[in-house]
Amino acid sequence: MAEPRKKPAVAKAAPGKAAPGATAPGKGVAPRKPAGEVGAPADGYRSVVPPATGLRAAFAPVGGFGVTISNMFRGTVTEEYPSEKVPAKPRYHGRHQLNRYADGLEKCIGCELCAWACPADAIYVEGADNTPDDQHSPGERYGRVYQINYLRCIFCGLCIEACPTRALTMTNEYELAGPTRAGMIWEKQDLLAPLREGMLAAPHPMVEGTTDTEYYRGEVSGPTDAQRAWVREHRPDDPTLPEGAGVEAANVPGETAAEMARLVAGANKQGAR
Amino acid sequence: MTITSAGPTTPLVPAAPPAAPQEPADTVTFTIDGIETSVPQGTLVIRAAEELGIQIPRFCDHPLLAPAGACRQCLVEVWAPGRDGNPAKMPKPQASCTLEATPGMDVRTQHTSAEADKAQHGVMELLLINHPLDCPVCDKGGECPLQNQAMSNGRATSRFVDVKRTFPKPISISTQILLDRERCVLCQRCTRFSEEIAGDAFIDLQKRGAQQQIGTFDTQVLGYVGDAPVGESTEDVSGKPFASYFSGNTVQICPVGALTSAAYRFRSRPFDLVSTPGISEHDSNGSAIRVDHRRGVVLRRLAGDDPAVNREWISDKDRFAFTWQSAPDRLTTPLVRRPGADGSRGELEPASWVEALGAAAAGLRAAESVGVLAGGRLTLEDAYAYGKLARVALGTNDVDGRARPHSDEEEAFLAHHVAGRTLEVTFADLDRAPAVLLVGLEPEEEAGVLFLRLRAAALHHGTRVLSVAALATRGLTRLNGTLLAAAPGTEAEVLDGIVDGADDELGSAAEMLAADGAVVLVGERLAGVPGGFSAVLRLAARSGARLAWVPRRAGERGAVEAGLLPTLLPGGRPVADDAARAELAAAWRVDELPAVPGRSTSQIVAAARDGSLGALVVGGVDPADLPDPALARDALDRVGFLVSLEVRPSEVTERADVVLPVAPPVEKPGTFVTWEGRPRPFPQALVSHALPDHRVLDRLAAELGVDLGLATVNDVHAELDRVGGWSGARVAAPDVEAAEPPAVAPGTAVLATWHQLLDAGRLQQGEPHLAGTAKRPTARVSAATAAAAGVADGDLLAVSTDAGTVTIPVAVSDMPDHVVWLPTNAPGSAVRDTLHADSGTLVRIASAGTTSTITTLGEA
Repeated sequence: MAEPRKKPAVAKAAPGKAAPGATAPGKGVAPRKPAGEVGAPADGYRSVVPPATGLRAAFAPVGGFGVTISNMFRGTVTEEYPSEKVPAKPRYHGRHQLNRYADGLEKCIGCELCAWACPADAIYVEGADNTPDDQHSPGERYGRVYQINYLRCIFCGLCIEACPTRALTMTNEYELAGPTRAGMIWEKQDLLAPLREGMLAAPHPMVEGTTDTEYYRGEVSGPTDAQRAWVREHRPDDPTLPEGAGVEAANVPGETAAEMARLVAGANKQGAR
Repeated sequence: MTITSAGPTTPLVPAAPPAAPQEPADTVTFTIDGIETSVPQGTLVIRAAEELGIQIPRFCDHPLLAPAGACRQCLVEVWAPGRDGNPAKMPKPQASCTLEATPGMDVRTQHTSAEADKAQHGVMELLLINHPLDCPVCDKGGECPLQNQAMSNGRATSRFVDVKRTFPKPISISTQILLDRERCVLCQRCTRFSEEIAGDAFIDLQKRGAQQQIGTFDTQVLGYVGDAPVGESTEDVSGKPFASYFSGNTVQICPVGALTSAAYRFRSRPFDLVSTPGISEHDSNGSAIRVDHRRGVVLRRLAGDDPAVNREWISDKDRFAFTWQSAPDRLTTPLVRRPGADGSRGELEPASWVEALGAAAAGLRAAESVGVLAGGRLTLEDAYAYGKLARVALGTNDVDGRARPHSDEEEAFLAHHVAGRTLEVTFADLDRAPAVLLVGLEPEEEAGVLFLRLRAAALHHGTRVLSVAALATRGLTRLNGTLLAAAPGTEAEVLDGIVDGADDELGSAAEMLAADGAVVLVGERLAGVPGGFSAVLRLAARSGARLAWVPRRAGERGAVEAGLLPTLLPGGRPVADDAARAELAAAWRVDELPAVPGRSTSQIVAAARDGSLGALVVGGVDPADLPDPALARDALDRVGFLVSLEVRPSEVTERADVVLPVAPPVEKPGTFVTWEGRPRPFPQALVSHALPDHRVLDRLAAELGVDLGLATVNDVHAELDRVGGWSGARVAAPDVEAAEPPAVAPGTAVLATWHQLLDAGRLQQGEPHLAGTAKRPTARVSAATAAAAGVADGDLLAVSTDAGTVTIPVAVSDMPDHVVWLPTNAPGSAVRDTLHADSGTLVRIASAGTTSTITTLGEA
């Protein structure tokens, strides 16, 4: 602090050095740019748009209102959300979904490639062993824990591209909001695609005589009698059995998903006209 | 850690000096990629390239294994001077992992040679033909040399359109090791490791051509029609002829995901893991490990790379036995016993630290005299704190860190020869030693990495291994060792018999030990042999061999250095020496230290039982490890006040009045001291609120009105540096007469016993896959003894004392008659707990039927 404070240097334009076309000397001139910065061109800016002439020049001061006035006669574009919901485009990046094979086994193998690809670190996966008594997906490995944190997710879709089994895809669902942090972390049960008619809820063994390759190739078209018999033996009350209560009863949404659905429905009701 | 005042300038346990540079050998000058380099003669080209920072892809090459040239991935173009002296190109690309550098050679790697690059691409394509597209589910994915090098040195797209060769997968080689044969690139690292390093080959290359595969000798698995293996094999718990304590290393060095461990299978991805260097808490070798954890949970441990200690290998116990640290029954809060309204002792109830420490201090103050028992698994810092607490806050020398059979003779030996004499014998000395004599030490079972170092020395440096033991184990056979047979209790006699001019083996042993650089390694078990340590000291003096003490547990040597013995203060200062006490009192800033020599562990237990000790502070002790577990339990029941510091509930905590939870090694920084006396500091791996023992003891002492000054690990280190070593007179060498061996009546035998590496130990709990690779508990007797007892090989043998009976299958072995060997703490064979016996005790043996009645042994 020994150095005395200097007065801010105000560059004075030397009349002799003023470039032709520059503003009148004596008024404030911009301070000199440090080396390397781009300053105004020496000959000043010139518009490439030809100046208006005649009638156009006369109406120029109010010409801008033309845009306003012309819009008075157009239809409204206000989205009446949430009273009316416009469907998103088919490729809209919405909430994720963990898909199933036709026989109800999960496609996710817990490989964590989605978590690896995620630029926002929004996905957390833990794998585990499939055992004969507890087979969730074809092959040796399944995703035991699957979490997506929708406070972090930026819906970029890199996880979808990384998924080797197309287990993870995105839906068009965009109503994702909630008042708590914990309520924004979706677990596997929340993300799993609902069972469709004819599917058999996992865990159950793979179709007999197949390997994971047949599943990847789409050669499994639905549950077999042996799989149903296994489920009947281990979970006699399973609603997805032919004699069960049906997939509607089986498709119980996860806790977080249900809570968010409740909240969104409430908000929609409040916001609707 | 600055030392400003005059006084001892060496820290209590000084760090090892940096390795001396190797003496210059003949060098070879040649060029790689146009860069001229000079390397010692005999250097492989791939190694020389590494030195220059030139990466050549490889799978089979491993610096610690003999060159194999199996995978062919490291092909390079080589020009060498021909007969005319002009460089001539070798007609085909050469494998740089088997090619020694020669003068004037010109090596062109894939970076400068299109031919080398093309050759490597071709090899990679061949390796990938039958490699499954398993990467998403493979444990190696993300840290896989094949994956990485396929990206760096392979084609971007596959030209292969046919069906890949597949195998059923995976097959279990043991309960821990799983083999996925389709992923294998036949590099043979695993088979070479088990042959060259561990010496317990359990898998090998089989078949030819596309069907060539790594497999076990199990005929069932491979559909083999042929002969069973000729070699001697031991049955493990799963009933297969396989028992390796080092199999986990093959998983780590497998360059693909062909070998995986059941414990880590599908648990995580490398990018999930945070790695912290660590030191294994399982034995006194101080093996460097890497602790990989995710979100506060340790998922696996890998071998660290420390050429001075464990090279790149660790035992399976070091690798897989870590779940005890995060067991669900971990103590998380202090517990205080609140007396019941009816006057009963009441139940242990959770309490705050303030309440618990207050209660502990009140109880200790009320007791007239307090003893301190500390187990052998403590870090140096913690052991030091137990010793200082006893001497400064409790005013007693009744402190002992030996939770195992011990003797006054052993204590004198430790004070005379071990304490304060660090790094006198090191792992490197074993390589240079012409002969190593093992006394009361079974390296494979009691110090896994020491076994590997001894085997390397025996195989590559011609070190002769001699063992004074009751029987030649498979481990000793693999060391090419010579057994100097000694029935338990007669070890001293055998040691005294090793004199020049003696006939047979003892005379040649004396000759070998007289050679320059010979080493005697003595185990902690010799404490059970009266006169044993005296005889060892006499032998060392007589032959000039250097002597080192190899305890079993990680904290034993640190406890000796920290003065956790009743007659020994830190740094080898004898309690009986006034000057030593005065020096330490000055360093500790107290007026004086208790001068009365303390009681040993057994005496403390006895004193607590008869009431002459009013209270006990016990840390890390399992009563079942003590010489007489029943007596110890009785003492813990009867003692007036019991404070226990533990990680998990134990037999001590359930009897304690105050339980103070402490941190396991993964949750605290600390230092283990190896048997060499090498300090092995390790950092804290996991974030934790658990307190290390020294912190708890510091707070306990504060409640007692004493400032120990050991609140942080830095405080302890500063004090260890300040205290330093002792340069004064040492305790005199023990000179105890050998006891006359007991007369063996018919139907009885002398018990020989030692711990197996994998047994029913507390630190191996919660890891069933590892427990399955343990050796099947078996008693051993000689053929004559078996015949006398009426048992045949494989029958059940009942070994009994007045306290109880152990019934396990028997194996007839080549060993002295009238001796029966039992594993000390195997499932179903808890020698101390059931028999209240130890090596040298007379036991009754009798037949107990055939093994067909035995059920499968479950997890201990």
